[in-house]
Amino acid sequence: MLNAKIPAGPLNTKWENYKGHCKLVNPANKRNLEIIVIGTGLAGASAAASLGELGYKVKAFCFQDSPRRAHSIAAQGGINAAKNYQNDGDSVYRLFYDTVKGGDYRAREANVHRLAEVSGNIIDQCVAQGVPFAREYGGLLSNRSFGGTQVQRTFYAAGQTGQQLLLGAYSALERQVALGNVTMYSRHEMLDIVKIDGKARGIIARDLISGKLERHFGHAVLICSGGYGNVFYLSTNAMGSNVTAAWKATQNGAFFANPCFTQIHPTCIPVSGDHQSKLTLMSESLRNDGRIWVPKKKDDNRKASDIPEDERDYYLERRYPAFGNLVPRDVASRAAKERCDAGYGVGTSKQAVYLDFAAAIERYGTIEASKRQMHGVSKEEIIKLGKEVVAEKYGNLFDMYAKITGENPYETPMRIYPAVHYTMGGLWVDYELQTTVPGLYSLGEANFSDHGANRLGASALMQGLADGYFVIPYTIGNYLADEIRTKAIPTDHPAFAEAESKVRDRIAKLMSIKGTKSVDYFHKKLGKIMWDKCGMARNEQGLKEAIEEIKALRADFYKDVRIPGDANEFNPELEKAGRVADFLELGELMCIDALNRRESCGGHFREESQTEEGEAKRDDENFSYVAAWEYKGPSDYVLHKEELVFEEVKPTQRSYK
Amino acid sequence: MEHYNMNLTLKVWRQKNKNDQGRFETLQAKNISSEMSFLEMFDVVNEELINEGKEPIAFDHDCREGICGMCSMHINGRAHGPWEGTTTCQLHMRAFKDGDTIVVEPWRAGAFPVLKDLTVDRSAFDRIIEAGGYVSVNTGNAQDANNIPVEKHKADLAFAAAACIGCGACVAACKNSSAMLFVSAKVSQLALLPQGHPERRTRALNMVAQMDKEGFGSCTNTGACEAECPKEISLTNIARLNREFINAGFTSEK
Repeated sequence: MLNAKIPAGPLNTKWENYKGHCKLVNPANKRNLEIIVIGTGLAGASAAASLGELGYKVKAFCFQDSPRRAHSIAAQGGINAAKNYQNDGDSVYRLFYDTVKGGDYRAREANVHRLAEVSGNIIDQCVAQGVPFAREYGGLLSNRSFGGTQVQRTFYAAGQTGQQLLLGAYSALERQVALGNVTMYSRHEMLDIVKIDGKARGIIARDLISGKLERHFGHAVLICSGGYGNVFYLSTNAMGSNVTAAWKATQNGAFFANPCFTQIHPTCIPVSGDHQSKLTLMSESLRNDGRIWVPKKKDDNRKASDIPEDERDYYLERRYPAFGNLVPRDVASRAAKERCDAGYGVGTSKQAVYLDFAAAIERYGTIEASKRQMHGVSKEEIIKLGKEVVAEKYGNLFDMYAKITGENPYETPMRIYPAVHYTMGGLWVDYELQTTVPGLYSLGEANFSDHGANRLGASALMQGLADGYFVIPYTIGNYLADEIRTKAIPTDHPAFAEAESKVRDRIAKLMSIKGTKSVDYFHKKLGKIMWDKCGMARNEQGLKEAIEEIKALRADFYKDVRIPGDANEFNPELEKAGRVADFLELGELMCIDALNRRESCGGHFREESQTEEGEAKRDDENFSYVAAWEYKGPSDYVLHKEELVFEEVKPTQRSYK
Repeated sequence: MEHYNMNLTLKVWRQKNKNDQGRFETLQAKNISSEMSFLEMFDVVNEELINEGKEPIAFDHDCREGICGMCSMHINGRAHGPWEGTTTCQLHMRAFKDGDTIVVEPWRAGAFPVLKDLTVDRSAFDRIIEAGGYVSVNTGNAQDANNIPVEKHKADLAFAAAACIGCGACVAACKNSSAMLFVSAKVSQLALLPQGHPERRTRALNMVAQMDKEGFGSCTNTGACEAECPKEISLTNIARLNREFINAGFTSEK
């Protein structure tokens, strides 16, 4: 049984107690302690900046050309915090409760409570950095609602909240670079962990421009490399998002937890053809104002505007009156799939539903007219005013939709369909964010910790920044306090040489295949298997098939992949090949995990386990645990369990009716 | 929206590495759907090149939704191509028609050396931010977020400036290869917010000094940067930067 090292005492005092009793490192010693940070998204950048401020010697790595490009930049809707600025009944406890319930009771209570506790500090910190959150006329911060909650606790910057938060963390990071506390390695990819006496002591990285392999020592290594949604090929992730850093950690003994917990986001722009390289999210914040519907009639080919009000089925409002369009993502996605599978889908592919803003435009227009003391105005005038308000709230999203689809969403409803967006699973970490390898930590989406089987909207930004700004600066000291006698280990140590030659061999092996098919060919095939058999709905037979198909595909990849160019130069195809090779192992593990979890929970829907109304049916008696997988070799995994104990929140059948 | 397919001729800049002289290569892109993004068209061309045993074209890209700022193609003489307020990745092929010839180059600027084909080195932008594009506030120092009200209009202007994605199109579009729009966006964002005030003078001076050091040119108010900026960052930010810079120079106490 895994020990999560959760501090004793009542839930709401655990973190206070921990902070009061954890070991500290004095400033003179911090200067001699080196920390490696992999990834510069919200988790990595905030951690690197905060640890640099404390005086540690930090090295940060990212594969992009600048740390500012990490995929956190693309987060749209907002960030949650229990500030209760709206006086609508929010509190730390409510945020904690909503998150545990939203995660379908598969998250660790102590971690989630800590997350809720520090959520307010994040907003304070970001505002102090100059993050331009949306404000009201009185000059104070504005909030909106997100799925799975009944309060307004989401802070935002139009549809670019992730961008603004990341640029805040990036600026803090660059300030530490200027001060010499952080050394930044852009266009570098971590390709292995170096372990000495069982502890993480460094990495092997490839300079992506020169192709040279480099050895870097660290007293501790932090994996902040994001999620693995790109295993599906088509997802809302950036093209470069990958699992490689986390997977190398797994191959070096870090357990991988709940790999099958994938978030399929309900509101994305539908696939338009075989050429599609990625999918684009339309922020959940749109569900504040957009109403989701399909025609009441099957195979209705009329234009949306020609379908009268009483022939429309607002199915979320119908099925879930308490939360309506703001049900959590897993629920909304399954409901969309259900309607489309039943033949009510819209658009040419029939794999889409409408997200309609007509009602919101009229409502906002009326409010605006009233605010401006305009009486007896025409409907056209009201709609014009309403469109202006909607543009201010969601303008960039509407523009993006128009560019991608060629349609004007102010005039016709958006067509949307679920797409892979986020992965709740990741490296198993204890309360201190340490993996099962001493000195190896994981933060943000790369770890598994806080979202259970389904993440609520606007909680990813919160978790990434909580881990980086407010958790790791404390918990890493508790480890490094015992490392102050460890001098920097020279990188000619045999463990570094061995790790480097392993990486060199792996690259040589890939380059030597000289097959006939591109990396993308294999990636697309893998994605299709995953989406069909380990996507929105899963069953035993499909998962068993998928495991065999992935094994065969992996064998074919190592026989027939073609990587042009040279290993000693800038070679994007080689980078992709390494990442897809890791996805080909991870994909199999995801199916193994999904097969093992014979219950439905959150985003993991096993068709064999559903209520009469088609909702996910948990099996708390047998599956109230975190599944942490130990890597023994390709296709060879050992399951370890962390029992989930609920002291505060009593697991019940989740209901949003 | 009417869908159609097209055949195109591409003239693409190929350059092996920093030291190579580089040249244009002519390629055919066949059966391209009007629904594809510009980069998906490049994916198709690259797939073909790989299948023919040739080297694919190297280009920077990541999020493909217009926000990370990584994509950077100079298309038919315009940074990010023909659509206004659009990054290369959000440009779609319905902007072109059957039989078109499309010329694609990397950003051209001394401060952005070409690494390979269409990929350039923009690390100069990071170093400009290092020179002062931040508020010096350590984690944990902050007061409650609502303690300082910020006039909505100013907050909105700060946000509009902060929307810069650091892609470098402004530099590529400028005949002087000036980075003034990029620098002014960051200086403006922080000058407009009370949180940025304590450091506003040193920030303007240091960031401009670093910009000069990196080899970017001077601003002659042509406005090409604003015209090509995918995030439509306003030229008024440059005016604000000039005010900040002059004010800092006159009132410096050092």
